[in-house]
Amino acid sequence: MPDSGGMAPLRVRQLRKTYKDVVAVDGLDMEVRAAECFGVLGPNGAGKTTTMEICEGLTAADSGEVELLGMRWERDAPRLRQRLGIQLQETQLSEKLTVSETLRLFRSFFQQGPRVEEVIGLVQLQEKADSRVGSLSGGQKQRLALACALVGAPDFLFLDEPTTGLDPQARRQLWELIERFKLAGRTILLTTHYMDEAERLCDRVAIMDHGKAIALGTPRELIASIGAEHLVEFSSARVPDWTRLAVIEGIRDVHAENGTVRMQVTELHRAVPALLAEMARQEIPLTELRTHSATLEDVFVTLTGRHLRDE
Amino acid sequence: MSEPGKTPFSERALVQLTLVRFREFIREPDALFWVFIFPVLLAAGLGIAFRNRPPDVLNIAATTPELARSLTGERLLHVQQLPPPEAQEALRVGKVALVAEPDANGAVAYAYDPTNPEGRTARMLADRAVERAAGRIDPVASTDRLIDEPGSRYIDFLIPGLLGMNLMGSAMWGIGFTIVDARRKKLIKRMVATPMPRHLYLLSFILSRLVLLVAEVGVVLGFGALVFHVPVRGPFSGLGVLCVLGSMLFCSLGLLTASRVQTIEAASGLMNAVMMPMWICSGVFFSAQRFPDAVQPVIKALPLTAVIDALRASMLQGAGLAQVAPQIAVMGAWLVVCFGLALKLFRWR
Repeated sequence: MPDSGGMAPLRVRQLRKTYKDVVAVDGLDMEVRAAECFGVLGPNGAGKTTTMEICEGLTAADSGEVELLGMRWERDAPRLRQRLGIQLQETQLSEKLTVSETLRLFRSFFQQGPRVEEVIGLVQLQEKADSRVGSLSGGQKQRLALACALVGAPDFLFLDEPTTGLDPQARRQLWELIERFKLAGRTILLTTHYMDEAERLCDRVAIMDHGKAIALGTPRELIASIGAEHLVEFSSARVPDWTRLAVIEGIRDVHAENGTVRMQVTELHRAVPALLAEMARQEIPLTELRTHSATLEDVFVTLTGRHLRDE
Repeated sequence: MSEPGKTPFSERALVQLTLVRFREFIREPDALFWVFIFPVLLAAGLGIAFRNRPPDVLNIAATTPELARSLTGERLLHVQQLPPPEAQEALRVGKVALVAEPDANGAVAYAYDPTNPEGRTARMLADRAVERAAGRIDPVASTDRLIDEPGSRYIDFLIPGLLGMNLMGSAMWGIGFTIVDARRKKLIKRMVATPMPRHLYLLSFILSRLVLLVAEVGVVLGFGALVFHVPVRGPFSGLGVLCVLGSMLFCSLGLLTASRVQTIEAASGLMNAVMMPMWICSGVFFSAQRFPDAVQPVIKALPLTAVIDALRASMLQGAGLAQVAPQIAVMGAWLVVCFGLALKLFRWR
């Protein structure tokens, strides 16, 4: 990392941005370390894309500071642009151009970078090199968008919801590509509203809601921070006596939602038999019982009381 | 890795941007039709409609065989012999323009509507035929010389008008729609996220148009010259300069019109609003001189009027660039003002 001299490649301080009467970013602080993949996780409308676009120099912040690769947008925009790879949410590339024509165009803007054929190989579009963009599948289009971000051999890569709208297979394929770039030592800032994506790709994650980072850490730390490794959900014919459930050892944070009772559990092998025994004692039949390991989704629910993808 | 500073010509940003514009255009069959085929069809249709129309023959009626016979000497009249009541009825419903009847003392009476130009023309032609049949010899001899020389027919007037209209239409639609479409697809924003210098993006539109211009102008002029023998009397270099300047001017006007629009519908409406007054007033199909004197200064200041007037002067009167300096000044002013405003107002997202 030349120029940044061991400092964090991206530093954001007290960032604020308001659109008319909506506060999109509300005093955000964050720091992305060299060669890490940093994820911004949050629901739609949390301010992820606005944050991203301010960092990319596409939107001006109302106040606050952005320092990227040791440079500032106000002073160093042309030099900075040469070193960034940017993938925007939902850009539609020109349908009438072929894959290699599109990449040759983007490549022509950068002073250095790999040859177009190499980039096509990186994103595994060799067979589609001479096909029109309009004939590509959603996953192939998204890989082409990624390739457009890579033509300048960027030091810093911005990926805004790279897999939104893709089928599971195309998502996994894209994840493998992103993981490979991580191994190549690139710094990546990624936004997503898929918790599995953040858990799989990101070294550290900031959970964002209403323009603020409400939690920050590695996925493992964040999951551990809610103090529960597992979650248990059940539905029953009648509403059980809650107070008796809440005192069972290892069960915390019991709450009901649409007839489903949801609780956090530390030791599954002790808590579940105790729960079943208590339900039997109250003579309430269970209609449904589910357990799963805690995820970033549960972290978000615990912090905000809402689901990531409620909207 | 290619070395900075040693980028091959074909890999330069402006070349690539212009190539992309060009590819996007030729891969759109609709655009090819409107730019290349449609003006030719229009010119062919109008040229045929206005070219070989025979002189008007007027229908008249005579009430006696003698009158009818003396009137057949005039080949611009078609005479029917009818009984008086039927002749009057035919005149009333407009089947004939005039009725000739014998009057007292061997005189002739003409019945016609004086507010109808055909009636007045028929009156003069019929009277001349009757007088000549009666033995009048014209004191002054005259001959007719009919005009259908290349250079002064309607088709000669029309081709420069169509050329100007085509320059305007293809530049404005081509640029306007491409830009608004790119903006709608967030492609402009994506381009701005690269190190691409912004003025190159706008410049690529003008450059690609200039390449297409050669073909566009060639098709219309070639068609006019081959099929209707429309002359190009001025020097080709001067005509070329006028076409390039005209096209660049309409490119800038297109950039300005599309500089802030976000939807295709809004762009379409705005483009029409900008171009409609010029289609009507700038003398594409009929002379702009027909409008009242009071609005002539405004019409003369319209960009399309300047382009068409200059093209006509160059093609039909063989005018050089110096003779169309006022029109060139109008074009230059529009070009500079529109491009400057477009750069300032352009919405890059």
